[in-house]
Amino acid sequence: MATKDVPVNDPMLDPVTGEFAVIAPGHTFKSVTEEVSRIVLTPRTPLGWFFGFTLAGGFVLMLLVALAWLLVKGPGIWAVTIPVAWGFAIVNFVWWIGIGHAGTLISAILLLFKQGWRNSINRFAEAMTIFAVICAGMFPLIHVGRPWLGYWLLPYPNTMNVWPQFRSPLMWDCFAVSTYATISVVFWYIGMVPDLGTLRDRAQTRLGQYFYGMLAMGWRGSVRHWARYETASLLLAGLATPLVLSVHTVISFDFAVALLPGWHTTIFPPYFVAGAIYSGFAMVITLAIPIRKFYHLEDLVTLRHIDNMGKVMLATGLIVAYGYSTEVFMSYCYSASHWEYFMMWNRMFGPIGWSYWVLITCNIALPQLLWSRKLRRSVPFMFIMSLIVNTGMWFERFVIVITSLTRDYLPSSWGTYRATKWDYATFAGTLGLFTFLFFLFIRFLPMIPMSELRLMLPQAKVHKEAQPIAEAGD
Amino acid sequence: MPVREGTYGLLAEFDSPSQLVRAADGAYQAGYRRMDCYTPYPVEEAAAAIGFHKNTVSLVCLIGGLLGLATMFGLETWISVWAFPLNIAGRPYFSWVAFAVPAYEWTILYAGLSAAFGMLFLNGLPQLYHPLFNAPNFRSGATTDKFFLCLESTDPKFDLTETRGFLDRYTPVSVVEVEY
Repeated sequence: MATKDVPVNDPMLDPVTGEFAVIAPGHTFKSVTEEVSRIVLTPRTPLGWFFGFTLAGGFVLMLLVALAWLLVKGPGIWAVTIPVAWGFAIVNFVWWIGIGHAGTLISAILLLFKQGWRNSINRFAEAMTIFAVICAGMFPLIHVGRPWLGYWLLPYPNTMNVWPQFRSPLMWDCFAVSTYATISVVFWYIGMVPDLGTLRDRAQTRLGQYFYGMLAMGWRGSVRHWARYETASLLLAGLATPLVLSVHTVISFDFAVALLPGWHTTIFPPYFVAGAIYSGFAMVITLAIPIRKFYHLEDLVTLRHIDNMGKVMLATGLIVAYGYSTEVFMSYCYSASHWEYFMMWNRMFGPIGWSYWVLITCNIALPQLLWSRKLRRSVPFMFIMSLIVNTGMWFERFVIVITSLTRDYLPSSWGTYRATKWDYATFAGTLGLFTFLFFLFIRFLPMIPMSELRLMLPQAKVHKEAQPIAEAGD
Repeated sequence: MPVREGTYGLLAEFDSPSQLVRAADGAYQAGYRRMDCYTPYPVEEAAAAIGFHKNTVSLVCLIGGLLGLATMFGLETWISVWAFPLNIAGRPYFSWVAFAVPAYEWTILYAGLSAAFGMLFLNGLPQLYHPLFNAPNFRSGATTDKFFLCLESTDPKFDLTETRGFLDRYTPVSVVEVEY
């Protein structure tokens, strides 16, 4: 990165590389610990927190109403019917799972690549993963119509003597998503144990000491424990990496294994994974920017993080753009199939063609502004850009699901799709649930990993040079 | 665990990781073996200094992963070939390519759970009580910004006066006797 045009005296900039510091200079083990733990251990909850929590809670209530009505009336209250049998439920499922993927990417893949800057943001990115998977997992379950029989997906001995059919991608999905949810929770919790020990030791109230004491499981920072802990963390990261790639791959198989024009394509797995990371990073930025402002964490979540996340978004956005252009090339120029040709024409210029152009604008055109370093370091710009990308990625799934389903092979079986108010209420409700859980998380759990921040401070290194040992009696 | 009384060990507190490693190294050279260091973040050099070089978490993880693979692949094969054979458009009952996907997921599931719970088991956690929590300075420092070396009384070389004198040579902030 260029060094010339940066002010020399800015303490946030590295004089050699011109990069922004990952942590502001001057921090000690104690100061980083206090900065993070005060948010959780403060006896006074900020008023803004209550405001946001209540607002999100309102949306959760809306979700509960929508779900209750769904259970009373059945999925007919949504716009799903033949030919569009998937509708919003699957659009939202894929979108939410995708958002979750950035959390795993930040915590696992960047750990393996030794990207130290990830340390301040990995905890809440992992929390984001879990909450997004909760929202995502709900959709297939309620979409089956009788969610109380959802356990039929699992292989278990039953009086009907019926077993699942393992050649179906929908079955694979069940195992991929449940494994992903489990491993994400374990990774998140194990990563938090040392910090919970810190909170146990710093809590002033009896209740806090019990609460964090139970969760910390008696962590005392023995170096033997740390050695095994580090091995386990690396292994979990090494396992989560192929897992996260496989989860969205399996989800794309749900589409790619079907024979519909627009779905039956081999580009889907890589481009779904890239899209997932793209939208996930956008969501991390959407969350990180208000949080660092509200809790004054600009020292720990610095412009370096926002800049780097902007670069990742740009890179994954270009992969996604490559995916779109491959689709266009295949259907217009290469496949020599009427159905594929018509699918693409319909997608661009059909009755809901506008959604395709929204997607291209939000996912490809506008993100090109991220090439500018100045804009990447502008906090308001990055916030707006992250919202744009999230919108674009939602429309990507909308376009894939809806346009292919409304008009497939036989014109006599074509249909249309118009979401109902219950579709919108359920989707907005999951946004509320996600925010609601996130508010709980930032209030009661350490959102920045303190032990990893300590490790990044310059004084954390062991210096081997001999210092005189005071002899007994000195 | 039976109720024990007396001294658990001597706990020396240091301000920096370098001092801790030097003291731990010295204690190991002097022949102490029953000891442990406590740090607010992983200090690999300290683990090496007290002679803790290898751990078996990776092995547990490998065994778990293989078990997951075998379990899911075996279950799928048994279901599709023997328990509930379904003819889906003439595809073979033993469709191992399709079975690979859930088997892959369960390999990761079992391996991840084995790594996490294996680590906790090998560490002896959860263990809510530990004598060190009795030391007045341990809880305020060990998880925040201080570095501790504990020489335990079960070590044959341990002698309250001599060991205290030995620790004092490394200029610790304090040396505290920890009760059970």
